[in-house]
Amino acid sequence: MSSPSALGIVHPQSMHFPTPLILQSGAQLAGYTLMYETYGTLNAARSNAVLVCHALNASHHVAGAYDDGDAKSVGWWDNMVGPGKPLDTDRFFVIGVNNLGSCFGSTGPMHDNPATGKPYGADFPVVTVEDWVNAQARLADALGIEQFAAVMGGSLGGMQALAWSMLYPQRLRHCVVIASTAKLSAQNIAFNDVARQSILTDPDFHGGDFYAHGVVPKNGLRVARMVGHITYLSDDDMAEKFGRDLRAGEYQFGFGVDFEIESYLRYQGDKFSEYFDANTYLLITKALDYFDPAARFGGDLTKTLAQTDAQTQFLLASFTTDWRFAPERSREIVQALVNNKRRVTYAEIDAPHGHDAFLLEDPRYLGVVRAYYERVWGDLNQAGGGAA
Amino acid sequence: MNFEQLKAQRADLAYIAHWVAPRAHVLDLGCGDGVMLDYLQSDKQCSGYGIEIDDAKIPECVARDVSVIQQDIEAGLAIFEDNTFDTVLCLSALQMMKNVEGTLRDIARVGREAIVSFPNFAYWPHRVALMRGRMPVSKSLPYEWYDTPNLRCATIGDFAALANEVGLDVLECIALHEGKPVSFLPNWRGSLAIFRFKKKTA
Repeated sequence: MSSPSALGIVHPQSMHFPTPLILQSGAQLAGYTLMYETYGTLNAARSNAVLVCHALNASHHVAGAYDDGDAKSVGWWDNMVGPGKPLDTDRFFVIGVNNLGSCFGSTGPMHDNPATGKPYGADFPVVTVEDWVNAQARLADALGIEQFAAVMGGSLGGMQALAWSMLYPQRLRHCVVIASTAKLSAQNIAFNDVARQSILTDPDFHGGDFYAHGVVPKNGLRVARMVGHITYLSDDDMAEKFGRDLRAGEYQFGFGVDFEIESYLRYQGDKFSEYFDANTYLLITKALDYFDPAARFGGDLTKTLAQTDAQTQFLLASFTTDWRFAPERSREIVQALVNNKRRVTYAEIDAPHGHDAFLLEDPRYLGVVRAYYERVWGDLNQAGGGAA
Repeated sequence: MNFEQLKAQRADLAYIAHWVAPRAHVLDLGCGDGVMLDYLQSDKQCSGYGIEIDDAKIPECVARDVSVIQQDIEAGLAIFEDNTFDTVLCLSALQMMKNVEGTLRDIARVGREAIVSFPNFAYWPHRVALMRGRMPVSKSLPYEWYDTPNLRCATIGDFAALANEVGLDVLECIALHEGKPVSFLPNWRGSLAIFRFKKKTA
């Protein structure tokens, strides 16, 4: 059977870190495990590594397929990462890493708290984007990568890439931030809180200790996902895909599923509640809400991004119909980088698919990223560190 | 890219490249495929940004190692602080603007010097076309009146007056034809007008 991904079969790995990690909140994780995947080959100079940071519901499984014959096991950014893809694994050594608090294998709320011998549940410490980046940096240390050719991410992943450029300015040459923002708006936080409330008020949540009760707060997760999903799509895209189409061709005069959009959202919600962890959803939405690197600088993003290295180059991209992290949010980052005379390229893609566009195939978008990685590759070889 | 390569590709740009000082911080409005910034960066150690709206041009700029920002120039240059740039280039783009005056004011705000070029409407074949009662169509104005992106038609004389009004002093003004300067009757024989401005000191 041919693989559903050009990258072929990939295998997740894990690494345990016994040194405690002090978190932004002041809490600490005594030790932790990170799941990760790598694609391509690290060159002798260890200079061709690219870190890909994941967004809300994704994982270390960025590209390739698992050996389970399931087409759905293809990585979440397989159209971006792989041999001959914009981020070409024939050139770069690409790392996907699953963040702390996630439900895809890295240490998270469903794992045992060494202090109690029981699952962390609601006691899992609140982690921030910066905490994730610190944990990722330790993985980079362990893999012998002193400096990334690029750190890249979309949405929440873009926040991590941006945080890298400020927390470890010497450790990346390029920073690729797609459909992201330097901070959430009140509206973004409001949507996140509706999602959290739906989980927190689900009777099956049991204050986060639902593992012990053998249940899952599925209804809460469903509604959380439905709300989130609405914010990923544009009004136009929804109108195009679903319009006012009726499931049964006529009104049912009840509160079941009338419209196709209802059916779609419920399906997305059901699917999500099958595999996602409620505590993880709470944690990740909090990490989103808390991200605001400029807060420490009185809201001055220019001063904030002065922490980046003058040699680091940036690519930002946004999508015109993305109302979750609108182009304006990316432009603010571009402006602050320009004020610091950083080298920055910005593409504003006129795509109809809203926030989701960053995961979809758009030749203009993928073309810019491809051209950018050509340049990253060119820089690498000019520096004499290219793959043999 | 060296000077000879620029000259071979774009003689008009090569003619004015010496107006940009080495190591200048440059903004190129409507930078297209980024060829001018590519040259200025590699041959004159300049830095800066290009502004371009056309999707197809963005990867071309990236390939040339030009930092390009995709936006509509007419949406304003708000992302740039006052006096950010040593030189602002606006080459064969201004005539496509709806708000030429606003754009020129923005250019004067963010830059210390500016170089602006546009097709000279007073070029003699254009005058002849008008004498015959038809809108001119030429190499420098290659569009029919009903599908042209060039919203504004100006002559060398017109433009100097507007520049003065927005706070720019004319340092130099030349007319080119086929990439070569025209010194005799420039407002008749030049198809491309190029102005070099300096911001007026208050």
